[in-house]
Amino acid sequence: METAREGYEPVIGLEVHAQLKTRTKIFCGCSTRFGAPPNTQVCPLCLGLPGVLPTLNARAVDFAAMVGLAVGAQVAGRSVFARKNYFYPDLPKGYQITQYDRPLCVGGSLTIRSGAGWKTVRLVRIHLEEDAGKSLHPEGREGVETTRVDLNRAGVPLIEIVSEPDLRSGAEATDYMARLRQLLVYLDVCDGNMEEGSLRCDANVSVRKKGASQLGTKTEIKNLNSFRFVDRAIAFEIDRQIGLLESGGRVAQETLLWSSERGVAETMRSKEEAHDYRYFPEPDLLPLDLSREWIESVRERIPELPHQLRERLVREQKIPEYDAEVLTDTRSLAGYYEEVAARSGQPKLASNWIMTEVNAVRNKSGLTIEEFPIRADRLGDMVRMVGEGKISGKIAKQLFELMLQDPASPAELIERHGLLPIDDEAALRALAKEIIAAHPGPAADFRAGKEKTFAFLVGQAMKQSRGRAHPEKLQQALRAVLAEER
Amino acid sequence: MSGTTVQESAESLGRSVGSGERSAVDVARSFLAQASRSATRLGTYLYRDEESILAAAAEIDARRKRGEALGALAGVPVAIKDNICVRGVPVTCGSRILERFRAPYDAHVIGRLRTADAILYGKTNCDEFAMGSSTENSAYQPSRNPWDLSRVPGGSSGGSAATVAAREAPLSLGSDTGGSVRQPAAFCGVVGLKPTYGAVSRYGLVAFASSLDQIGPLATSARDAALLFNAISGPDERDMTSRPETRPISLENLERGVRGLKIGIARELLGDGLDPEIRACFETVSKWLVAEGASVVDVALPHARYAIATYYLIAPAEASSNLARYDGVRYGLRVPAGDLREMYEATRGRGFGREVKRRILLGTYALSAGYYDAYYLRAQKVRTLIRRDFEEASRKTDALLMPVTPTPPFALGEKSEDPMAMYLNDIYSIPASLAGVPALSFPAGFTKGGLPIGLQLTGKPFDEETLLRIARAWEQKSDAARRLPPIAMEKAA
Repeated sequence: METAREGYEPVIGLEVHAQLKTRTKIFCGCSTRFGAPPNTQVCPLCLGLPGVLPTLNARAVDFAAMVGLAVGAQVAGRSVFARKNYFYPDLPKGYQITQYDRPLCVGGSLTIRSGAGWKTVRLVRIHLEEDAGKSLHPEGREGVETTRVDLNRAGVPLIEIVSEPDLRSGAEATDYMARLRQLLVYLDVCDGNMEEGSLRCDANVSVRKKGASQLGTKTEIKNLNSFRFVDRAIAFEIDRQIGLLESGGRVAQETLLWSSERGVAETMRSKEEAHDYRYFPEPDLLPLDLSREWIESVRERIPELPHQLRERLVREQKIPEYDAEVLTDTRSLAGYYEEVAARSGQPKLASNWIMTEVNAVRNKSGLTIEEFPIRADRLGDMVRMVGEGKISGKIAKQLFELMLQDPASPAELIERHGLLPIDDEAALRALAKEIIAAHPGPAADFRAGKEKTFAFLVGQAMKQSRGRAHPEKLQQALRAVLAEER
Repeated sequence: MSGTTVQESAESLGRSVGSGERSAVDVARSFLAQASRSATRLGTYLYRDEESILAAAAEIDARRKRGEALGALAGVPVAIKDNICVRGVPVTCGSRILERFRAPYDAHVIGRLRTADAILYGKTNCDEFAMGSSTENSAYQPSRNPWDLSRVPGGSSGGSAATVAAREAPLSLGSDTGGSVRQPAAFCGVVGLKPTYGAVSRYGLVAFASSLDQIGPLATSARDAALLFNAISGPDERDMTSRPETRPISLENLERGVRGLKIGIARELLGDGLDPEIRACFETVSKWLVAEGASVVDVALPHARYAIATYYLIAPAEASSNLARYDGVRYGLRVPAGDLREMYEATRGRGFGREVKRRILLGTYALSAGYYDAYYLRAQKVRTLIRRDFEEASRKTDALLMPVTPTPPFALGEKSEDPMAMYLNDIYSIPASLAGVPALSFPAGFTKGGLPIGLQLTGKPFDEETLLRIARAWEQKSDAARRLPPIAMEKAA
């Protein structure tokens, strides 16, 4: 298999559905809040009652256009809503209002990591549509199959972002997803919460012999609702297709459903069973006309994007690109970093502390940077002390632990916990004498020329001072006392 | 007293209730008494609750006694086609699939009628989901023509037209997709207006073909139709296809006569299929127009001949999608069956009648992959051509005069087995629907056999006023609008 895989090139395109963070639904005034009891955020429109009409949420259009502009897409002066017709219990009207041949945004691209470098993934389109409800299948009694429908989600605004088949591996697909998610969160148009289904992905996968110009037959895998599933499902499907071709079989064009429990993609429907959605322009909504001025006013409101922020941090703070990438994970983390860097006057040291200590605590506790107990001003003060040599890295770590528990300023905590460094010559000489007296053997060895034991004596002195001794001055004092007492 | 009350205009009823000359309860009682004599025979109503009608009338009287100013339709009963939602009241659309369904909300027009202090008078019979031209497609009962009970009242708003013709109610609302207000108005000898598309909010009108549906007033005179139009029209933010250009009609302007107006006639519409008595009536009216100082000019509607074919692609296509929601899942009829698909089939199979199924099939086919371009898309292009025909014609005219129907009212059962013959009955009403322009059916005369003849006026978008002004002038010349059908003159037992 390993060698067979070498001879093939996977070709992957993603269709990502992102829920827009509007307060109300796309075609009515119901709340979009997640997690409410079933069917409590519904109105006659959500229920598809006779006689109701959709009214378009301008905020959703604004958000979708902003995403389009942020990826360099063309925002259409006129786009058209269409009905996608199919029967399903969680689709109240028997059709979904979406956009078909005239989407809101056309083109654009997203830059992703590819191996050690970067690559551009082209986008086909971004369009607006409504979400469907949710079908739940609780255990019926005595094997009776029941389905329950929750329509709270029906009518939540979605954008569908369709990529060209420019991706070549599960890893690229995952990075594409992650960067798309990051962009949407930066734009503040999607909460990016994959567990709650705010971002969902379908993947079109095919393989072809390396060097071939023609695309292979593709399959569509649905229901990839986490980065891990995207990666695993695509890897599974690539292997399956190569396996088929290698054993002389053919890939059938079909729709697959990813089962995360079993780690396999299973046939949902074949090409023959594919729906005919009978798209036609939605007569209840007029074509969506957007003026150039309006589109430009949206462009003006686009905040700094992840790559722009990353480049700026490298430029202004002179930190490595890697650091900038980690620190721009979210806009608020970057903001936190900038504050710590400014307050401490130590951009690189600030970066080190955030990437290691701060992120270690956050990863373990799951805290966002907003929830992190050490605010940027306190961390900035601490980093400044480290940078100015007022406290050692070791003391700083103790101080950091205290700061996690106690909101007092670093200076106060140093005072209260006696963490002030010992750099007074007399005190250090006294400490050196005490250590040499306590360890006559190693002291004698040193004097006999065994340089190695010096490090042991330094360590003991540091331990005795609980790390407070000024490292260089301590060493000077030790050498002086050892020389005097020879 | 009821004998005269029910013959009064809605305008005068509203004014006298508003001023306290007459009580709303008396008005309601008069019409209820009239309806009690004829409604069952005419099959005009699917729902009418006397108690709530009288209670609403009593409330109007109480408010007047408290010194409140009342709306233009104070105490005036308005019958509502049963495809318009009234909060807490059944809305069946003449279909079994909504047999026990009650609307949980008011349509926009209903809210406006409440504001005007009208009395919501009950739900009138109609062809199932407004699909039909005879009201024989109602799943509950056929309606009958008040002028001849063996004949149809037209459709789909047959109940709304017949009840006003029989003076069971002074006003009613219908809905018009391809002629469903105008054709029954013509068959029953009343005024029926299809407003400009977008003039009246469709919010709360159960959709048949969304790009064509309009709610319209039916009345016994042009002035009353204007009064009801004014009450229900105007933009509504809940209907994105409703238009801000909508203007109220000035009742004063309706009295200005036809002098100086330019009336267009499309001679190609007056061909072979037209009944000679209707043609004669048409000629009488056009001669009168000239005599009154209007000018009559020839116009061409070259694409009108494709209107029926176009309509029977677009309307069923939209209907096939609009009626998908009746699936037995959330409300209305559910016929339990094995699995989900079988439940859908059993529910829709039993819930929908033959004509509705026929149109769902037509529309589904027209929208299918591989057929869409040849049917739906082509039909939309022809629709644009038809709209342009009207635009072109309106450049040199104020209104067009044409028939509403090719024949006078036909007998029950005469066409119910022949859908094509039934569809052809809409040949004159459909073009204006496709063009989205206002169109009025007004009582123009009678056949020798005593059946009403209506003629149609179409106009410029949002110029309903000119159409009603012409009809108003004709009312002063002809007694066609004032004649009462025999059933309305029967004495109380």
